[in-house]
Amino acid sequence: MTPTYYLVLSAALFTIGAVGVLIRRNAIVVFMCVELMLNAVNLSLVTFSRTTGTLDGQIMAFFVMVVAAAEVVIGLAIIMSIYRTRRSASVDDANLLKY
Amino acid sequence: MSVNLAQETVSYAPAEGALSSFWLLIALPLVSAALLLLLGRRADRWGHFLGCLSVGVAFVLGLVYFFTLRGLEESSAELTLFSFMPVSELQVDVNLLYDPLSSVFVLLITGVGFLIHVYSIGYMAHDPGRRRFFAYLNLFVAAMLLLVLGGNYVMTFIGWEGVGLASYLLIAFWYDRPAAATAGKKAFLMNRVGDVGFLLAIFLMFATLGSVDFEDVFNGVPTLSEGTVLAIGLLLLLGACGKSGQFPLQAWLPDAMEGPTPVSALIHAATMVTAGVYLIARSHEIFSANETAQTVVVSVGAITLLIGCIIGCAKDDIKRVLAYSTVSQIGYMFLAVGLGGAAYALGIMHLLTHGFFKAGLFLGAGSVMHGMNDQTNIRRFGGLFRYMPITAVTFGLGYLAIIGIPPLAGYFSKDPIIAAAFARHGWTGWLFGGIALLGAGLTAFYMTRLFVLTFLGPKRWTEDITHPHESPATMTVPMILLAIGSVASGFLLSLGLVDYLTPSLGPETEVEHGPLSHLTVTLLTVGVSVIGAALAYLLFRRGTALEEQPARSPLVRAARANLYADTFNETVFELPGRLLTRALVYFDNRGIDGLVNGLAAGIGGGSSRLRRLQTGFVRSYALTILSGALVVTAALMAVTFGS
Amino acid sequence: MADVTTGEQIVFWILAPVALGGAIGMVAARNAVHSALFLVCTMLSLGVFYVVQAGAFIGVVQVIVYTGAIMMLFLFVLMLVGRDASDSLIEVLRGQRMAAIVLGIGFAGLTATGLARGLGEVETEGLEAVNAVGNVPAIAAELFTHYVFAFEITSALLITAALGAMVLAHIERRKGERLTQRERSRARFAPGNYPAPKAGPGVFATSDSVATPALLPDRTIAERSLTDVVRIRELTAAEARPKGTDRR
Repeated sequence: MTPTYYLVLSAALFTIGAVGVLIRRNAIVVFMCVELMLNAVNLSLVTFSRTTGTLDGQIMAFFVMVVAAAEVVIGLAIIMSIYRTRRSASVDDANLLKY
Repeated sequence: MSVNLAQETVSYAPAEGALSSFWLLIALPLVSAALLLLLGRRADRWGHFLGCLSVGVAFVLGLVYFFTLRGLEESSAELTLFSFMPVSELQVDVNLLYDPLSSVFVLLITGVGFLIHVYSIGYMAHDPGRRRFFAYLNLFVAAMLLLVLGGNYVMTFIGWEGVGLASYLLIAFWYDRPAAATAGKKAFLMNRVGDVGFLLAIFLMFATLGSVDFEDVFNGVPTLSEGTVLAIGLLLLLGACGKSGQFPLQAWLPDAMEGPTPVSALIHAATMVTAGVYLIARSHEIFSANETAQTVVVSVGAITLLIGCIIGCAKDDIKRVLAYSTVSQIGYMFLAVGLGGAAYALGIMHLLTHGFFKAGLFLGAGSVMHGMNDQTNIRRFGGLFRYMPITAVTFGLGYLAIIGIPPLAGYFSKDPIIAAAFARHGWTGWLFGGIALLGAGLTAFYMTRLFVLTFLGPKRWTEDITHPHESPATMTVPMILLAIGSVASGFLLSLGLVDYLTPSLGPETEVEHGPLSHLTVTLLTVGVSVIGAALAYLLFRRGTALEEQPARSPLVRAARANLYADTFNETVFELPGRLLTRALVYFDNRGIDGLVNGLAAGIGGGSSRLRRLQTGFVRSYALTILSGALVVTAALMAVTFGS
Repeated sequence: MADVTTGEQIVFWILAPVALGGAIGMVAARNAVHSALFLVCTMLSLGVFYVVQAGAFIGVVQVIVYTGAIMMLFLFVLMLVGRDASDSLIEVLRGQRMAAIVLGIGFAGLTATGLARGLGEVETEGLEAVNAVGNVPAIAAELFTHYVFAFEITSALLITAALGAMVLAHIERRKGERLTQRERSRARFAPGNYPAPKAGPGVFATSDSVATPALLPDRTIAERSLTDVVRIRELTAAEARPKGTDRR
């Protein structure tokens, strides 16, 4: 076994996250799926760090976490305010921007 | 100017002394017209006096210049005012030429013009647009003077267009009458056909000779090929036909009678319509150089002469009869200038005498209409001699003059033309002479019919006319003066005009006598005229039916329909034009617009179908993003691992 | 070059299915709270992977920040929002789920194949040399030298995010809308209002449910002790039957 296995796992997790974004309607769950995709990328970054023998990958993963934290804060605030006005957290209900 | 033989050069002397100011002739009426138009209603009270004054002063000046010119040895005066179109090769100056030919025209225009101006004061007294009328008349006089005084073809053309404009404005003077507005448009459009010919002739002159000055063009004619001379001649003839109402462009002139009668007298009888004759006489160097061109001119003159006579016999409208008579008389003039040589001067002489008697006849007709509630149908006149004696006498003198009874003016001018036509060599002499003779007989017939039906015989008035009256002095005095001109001008002109015009029109050559002697022709002509007149008197002395009777012979029907000229124009020119327009409109609507609209509709329809993709569901968009990512990944891998 | 030890292999083969199962469970769970818990599983597994892969610091951060902070925030919002119809797994967009799964499998296959083919023979350097001084000092050395600007900018990002969240979540109330104490008192004692506290639900030997109404001294039920939400009633058979709305 080589560290490449981690990468394959990362690809699988990323894809599951993406599929989740596509098929779930609850905005919070969709958001969790996005977090899963970010985590999958983090895993591959950490694995790359090990493969190349430098710490850059880990630091990059660290930054991703920071950005993800900021993103979650804003994203959840948006979901909250949408929920407050529309009484719904479904992404399908916010479909006014169409033909 | 001295013209000797064709080989010798033409040169004009510069204007000196009193003649250096002859541009005033044009400027006076032009300034008057501008004042009358610009001042508007403020000039309403005195505008007509200003109009008369300007033309009267121009007439006096014309007399002064006339006698000054007689005293000169060179007998020509050229005046270059300023540069007009200094474009590399094309150097056109505003230059004017005063020579014997111009001088007689100046006298005719300003003289007859002044009389008609005075007449108009009375005739238009009750018309609210009298000031405008005088402004247009002055504009016309200015343009006509520019036409005859122009020193190059471009100047002549500017005057030519100016009289066309004035004619349009005056025919359609009562623009609220549909008939008048249409007649004005018709005159303008048909003139335009001729103008294009004139313009093309000028282009051709510039292309072949590099100049449009009379001097250069006439001196350059011998260097040109025969075909070019013929082309220039025919194009000039087309222009002349358009302006003078000659075949095949004669149809506008009778309709132009919709304008006020003074206009008919001044523009469409005495002056403007003779511009074509002037043009051909002025360009005699070109026409003399090509026999074919001359033959065409003669043929046009002969055909028009007959057309005018035949239709004139069938018309009942007093002004239209006179209009067709004008067409026919100008046909005589064309015949004369087409014959060439000494006949040029004969054509000009007939033009001058015709100017007097036809203007007189028109003013007489206007006077009759003035007294008869603007009635124009001669079937409803009759017996007017007793009620308007001055009109009747002056009209009668003009009538006798036009049918060529000696010793009135028409006799001295028309008979020599007929004689000259007979003198043309070969069978053409017999043909043209015969036509001219027949025309004289027909002229006598229809003019007698007109005179008898109007002034003699029983009354056939409409109910609304109770007692017709003689016109005021402002109208009768010009008529009397013109009647005197009709009586005396022929004899006076025959004394010295031909010699006087020699410097302009070339030396007088002896009029060859054809198979018939001059005396024979004269006797024949007078005889034919008398027969025609007598026939008409016998037929119409008891009056005629009040309404137009159904015609039995096809000739009468054709004559009443203007020999189908209008029908011909409508069928040959108007109908195809209309069909073409309709086809173009259809093509534009269906073809071009269809293409544009179809494209737009196609894109619009496609977009409205395509826009269904915009569902508004974020997840659909995300799906699209994922498939895009898939494609990009696949492409990357194909590139990385494919090779 | 650092080999993959047997211990690491064992950890991997145990935790990789856990992570995958957590991920799939998150996507498939009907209840959003369950989804969040499944995600926590996955994230914890990933944290362990980080530690195993010589990234002790990042592994701990993963556990603290993600599982500790972010996921708790998620749960908190979930509690605020509550369950609604969007939790249902019934697909309303035609073909969306099928297309998503097909595309997802294709994408995963492509990426995994690409990674395996591209990195299968790459030598692993290992982080032993770099981590000789310890993982945290090594990261700190790197973070505060090379990445110091990015690090500082991150702080600006975080502050901006905090401000943004406040702006978004804040509700502006106008002055007139807030009732004063005086107004509340007047409303309480106004005619038509019962000023005393409502009776609590019954607390009896047999039951202390909020659904059990209090009894008045005459042993009649005190209506005011029951909330409108909780009504005592029998469900009909039709109502009790499973609706099958949650399954496809």
